[in-house]
Amino acid sequence: MTLFTDTFLIALIAGIAAAGVPLLLAGLGEQLSEKAGVLNVGIEGMMLGGAYLGFYIAWATESTGLGFLGGILGGLLVSSLMVLFCVRMGLNQIVIGIALTLGAEGATALLHHVQFSRLYPRLSDVATWRIPGLADIPIIGPALFDREPVVYLAVALVPILVYVYRRTHLGLAVQAAGDKPAALDSAGQNVLAIRSFAVLACGGMVGLGGAFMSIVGAGVFVPFMTHGNGFIGIVLAMLARGRPLWVLFGAVLFGACLSAATALQVAGVAIPTDVVQMLPFVAVMLVLLIAGRNAKLPAALGAAYVRGER
Amino acid sequence: MNTQTMTDDTVQTTEMRQKLRSIAGVLLMSLGPVLMAFILSGVILLILKVNPFSYYGYVFGRGLLSPTGVQATLTRMGPLLLIAASLIVAFRAGIWNLGGDAQFLVGAVFCAAATPLMAPHVPVWLGLLAGAAISAIFGGLWALLPAFLRAYQGLNEIITTLMMNFLGISLASVLVKLVFLDPSTTVPQTRTLAVEDRLPTLFGTTISSGLIIGLVAILAVHFVMTRTAFGLRLRVVGGNASAAVHAGLAVPLLTVMVFAISGGLAGLSGGVAILGQYGNVRADWNPAYSLSIVPLVFLARFNGFAAIGFVGLFSILSIGAESAARRTGVPNYFTLVTIGILLVMLAVSEYYSAKRQKAGA
Repeated sequence: MTLFTDTFLIALIAGIAAAGVPLLLAGLGEQLSEKAGVLNVGIEGMMLGGAYLGFYIAWATESTGLGFLGGILGGLLVSSLMVLFCVRMGLNQIVIGIALTLGAEGATALLHHVQFSRLYPRLSDVATWRIPGLADIPIIGPALFDREPVVYLAVALVPILVYVYRRTHLGLAVQAAGDKPAALDSAGQNVLAIRSFAVLACGGMVGLGGAFMSIVGAGVFVPFMTHGNGFIGIVLAMLARGRPLWVLFGAVLFGACLSAATALQVAGVAIPTDVVQMLPFVAVMLVLLIAGRNAKLPAALGAAYVRGER
Repeated sequence: MNTQTMTDDTVQTTEMRQKLRSIAGVLLMSLGPVLMAFILSGVILLILKVNPFSYYGYVFGRGLLSPTGVQATLTRMGPLLLIAASLIVAFRAGIWNLGGDAQFLVGAVFCAAATPLMAPHVPVWLGLLAGAAISAIFGGLWALLPAFLRAYQGLNEIITTLMMNFLGISLASVLVKLVFLDPSTTVPQTRTLAVEDRLPTLFGTTISSGLIIGLVAILAVHFVMTRTAFGLRLRVVGGNASAAVHAGLAVPLLTVMVFAISGGLAGLSGGVAILGQYGNVRADWNPAYSLSIVPLVFLARFNGFAAIGFVGLFSILSIGAESAARRTGVPNYFTLVTIGILLVMLAVSEYYSAKRQKAGA
């Protein structure tokens, strides 16, 4: 079996991390937003905002660190519109979400066209952080423990969010904002402020994921490059039923299927990409068929909160 | 007697006046946001150093005022109206079918695979009927798995239809590239339906009769949902599913039916696009109409007539912008920005009209 050489395995596992990190960040962000009661359909747009601004700043300043900050900023910009229209004004979340996605698709493609015309400048490789000891493990070491800092940050967010949801006052307030906002209001907390925070935090995470795609994953910005990753993030958040750890499992599953496509092609196995791209979705549909039961969503998900209204 | 008629008259005139005022209000509420959206996107055009007046001149000159442009606009409306009809059925029944793009494509691919093979052996009308039926059936079948999962497992259909969307788009391109390939060309596409075997055009123009199919479908859906017992049942399910169970409605069965009708209409939309316009499916073809129509249907408040208006506006913009983009050197992406701003403005105007109504009441 020559297929499973060390290089192939390293490429496969490294690919899982590369494809999984944006999905993980998108899923965690969407989960936070949904917990607070905002069905954020605009994350595809937030991801593109982050991918573009992150790439642009990394290219202009030649600093990937600033680029990642720019990605967070790009996500925040798009999500602040979501906050204004959906949380503050209480407009329909699906309409605004899709509007923001379409608008961000157009705006980023337009900006790219204005700034670079038909050129696609490439960024240099991103510096990695080598974790001493762990990085020396064969195969897994170079694939997982000699990576860009964002990879570690994304994975670290999982236990952090678990802690926030389970142990902190903020986590409780976020979940109350999605389940029974009126009760939260009676308790003297500001529902709209907490929802705004959740949507902005979601935008920041998703934007960082987008910047990871353009700066680390591709090294270039291409219009529409997020390619449905935001929508997969929504699916992950819904499948995970409020548990950050499940988002991680889901991101690994989807990342594995996505990276298997590239790794197999590198190994010279001719499978049409379209078939391989179907794998993660087939896998999830099978899981749902076997184990699917009532997915529990926050009671007030998708409903605008207006004080004093029943 | 005399005074009686006089009061009747005054009542009538005040009613008329009120009606006129409400019509003016509706016009303001629907044209205002369109105007606002054009002003905002005009500002962006200025930043891009393009004259917004000449850009919009080209958009409406092509999309609305030139004979060929209007025909293209009306032809595009056919499939879009069918998608709107598909979404109205589902949304009114409280089912968020977001998998319309895949249902459209799967319907289109099977229709494009089968119809050119049948066409030489059967009369044109039979071929078209069979092609349309095939597209509707496969579109409906593609919606069935989410339907059963929702009806009998209680699984959220937003997840499942989105998943089936990704699956269906890939499946369509696999089928075109590997299975239904036209052996006579090297381009990966299905066999092409001869022009004389396609849907007839209307009154000597190039407008496809798909427009009529779309209009009939959306009016029929509107009528069924608002005027029939079946529609009422579906709306009860959509309004409150547990109340529907207590009212003795067969909720799972109705849910499956809604998915089948909605998927069928989306599939038929794909079929009409093929039979009326394109004649074949090329590899990786995905116009992704459904995603743009979803917010329009929301803004139309699931009302068929309002949806026709919104779909018309969308068609004008998308047809007109294609030509304006070529002539002014603005990339086609700009249309997406305009549509995004337009959707936001429409939602904002609805917010203010609802607020005003509440203040009035």
